[in-house]
Amino acid sequence: MLNLVDIDYEVKRGRSKMKILDRLSLEVRPNMLTVITGPNGSGKSTLAEIIMGVKTPNCGQIYFKDDNITDKNITERAKLGIAFSFQQPVKFKGINVYDLLNVSSGELISREEASKYLKTVGLEPEKYLLREVNDKLSGGELKRIEIASVLARKAELLIFDEPEAGIDLWSFEDLTKIFKKLKTEKKTLIIISHQERILKIADQIVVLDAGNIKTQGTPKEILPRIKGEKR
Amino acid sequence: MNWSEEEKQIFCEVADVFEVPEGAYNFRVNGKSVGRKSTDNINIESKTDVSGLDIYIKPGTKNETVHIPVAISVTGLSEAVHNDFHIGKNADVTIIAGCGIYNCGPTDSVHNGIHRFFVEKGAKVRYIERHYGFGSGRGGKILNPTTELFMKENSEAYLELEQIKGVDSTIRRTFADLNDNAKIFAKERLMTHGRQRAESIFSISLDGSDSVADIVSRAIAQDFSMQTLKMNIDGKNKCRGHSECDAILMDNARVIAIPALNALNTSAELIHEAAIGKIAGEQLIKLMTLGLTKKEAESQIINGFLK
Repeated sequence: MLNLVDIDYEVKRGRSKMKILDRLSLEVRPNMLTVITGPNGSGKSTLAEIIMGVKTPNCGQIYFKDDNITDKNITERAKLGIAFSFQQPVKFKGINVYDLLNVSSGELISREEASKYLKTVGLEPEKYLLREVNDKLSGGELKRIEIASVLARKAELLIFDEPEAGIDLWSFEDLTKIFKKLKTEKKTLIIISHQERILKIADQIVVLDAGNIKTQGTPKEILPRIKGEKR
Repeated sequence: MNWSEEEKQIFCEVADVFEVPEGAYNFRVNGKSVGRKSTDNINIESKTDVSGLDIYIKPGTKNETVHIPVAISVTGLSEAVHNDFHIGKNADVTIIAGCGIYNCGPTDSVHNGIHRFFVEKGAKVRYIERHYGFGSGRGGKILNPTTELFMKENSEAYLELEQIKGVDSTIRRTFADLNDNAKIFAKERLMTHGRQRAESIFSISLDGSDSVADIVSRAIAQDFSMQTLKMNIDGKNKCRGHSECDAILMDNARVIAIPALNALNTSAELIHEAAIGKIAGEQLIKLMTLGLTKKEAESQIINGFLK
């Protein structure tokens, strides 16, 4: 489904350059839930943004369904079937939730269909459908709307960057249910997360450290090691 | 009514009028009234001293609408129109005004519209004013609206003021004096492009106890256009005033926002917010991840912003 080959990404820090990703290669197979974890600054979010095309790697190749998408822009990748949920949801002035879900769906959808996405993320449609996606909404509400907008994409590969951030009032149970359901719908998921409850439902855990893969495997293989390190 | 295609386009853009509307109306084309209807509750009369109308709305009139759109479709016409609205006690009406200029000639066409609202006790008025210009002539399309409201106790005014596009130069003035418990809610939408110039001035005087003003201006300035937004609220009593000025800057455009809050009473609560900047990159990126091109994303953001 997705192949990252020798991805390098560096940024300028003053006069020097700092490597964020260092010749990273990763394969994500279809209909699998891959959780990417690791310490802060290990390159997790950068990696997710590189897959979506938000950031451009200095070198390396990206293949999606066997096509080289390295030179494709964000829009082209979205149209190919990649969706991205931002860690920090974006706010707008004048664009309401229904507008956003219509854009996400790529067509004018009925209010009933839009309501379905909101219910999935635990929001009451009658309260939220016509609300502006602005800073009058709480961080948790914005996060759920962000997730709903990604669900409405009906994409094949869904990337969630720290989906649990800011949803403290909404149970993890509900969030993990969404991911499990997406798996039954034959979706491929990449989730950036530190949360054990999300790591537990993964098919594959990839641990990043200093811009490269430190280790990867099933939760059974990886979780005890992570816990051991924490101790 | 016999309208040219350009006049039809103007009425459609500024007043959503495709045919003769229901309720009271007065259509003005090239300086002359070309159609008028009064109703049992709304009487429209021509002024005798200046060009314009007196519009009398009987006390207690509910859910009625007045259309008074203006079209200029000749080059070189310059007019000043004085319309006075007398909104009777406890009336609840919608007034749809607006002006469009089609200028395909070499000389400026100018409309100066002065609308005064005398809003009696307990009355509610919703005022929708849209301005629009088109035509490829060298002559300017110039629209200078002045809106003045004199609001008695417990009255309410809801203003939707829009300059859609194509207006080369405008000076927009909105003044309001509010008595006890009177409320004004104004939303202005301004879009300029090319080398257009727009100046919008709000001056609200909260004279009465518990009077309220909420003024929101959203502006988009593109190309080499320039906008100046001046918002002044005087709090002369125990009152609440809020003004907000948001502007999106594109290309080489310029926006100046000059807010002023003048608290003349210790119980006055006045707030101003202003934000000017280009479209946030993260907004574009978010919409692009949803499948829009950069251009489509920009357009979606602009349309939403001006909605």
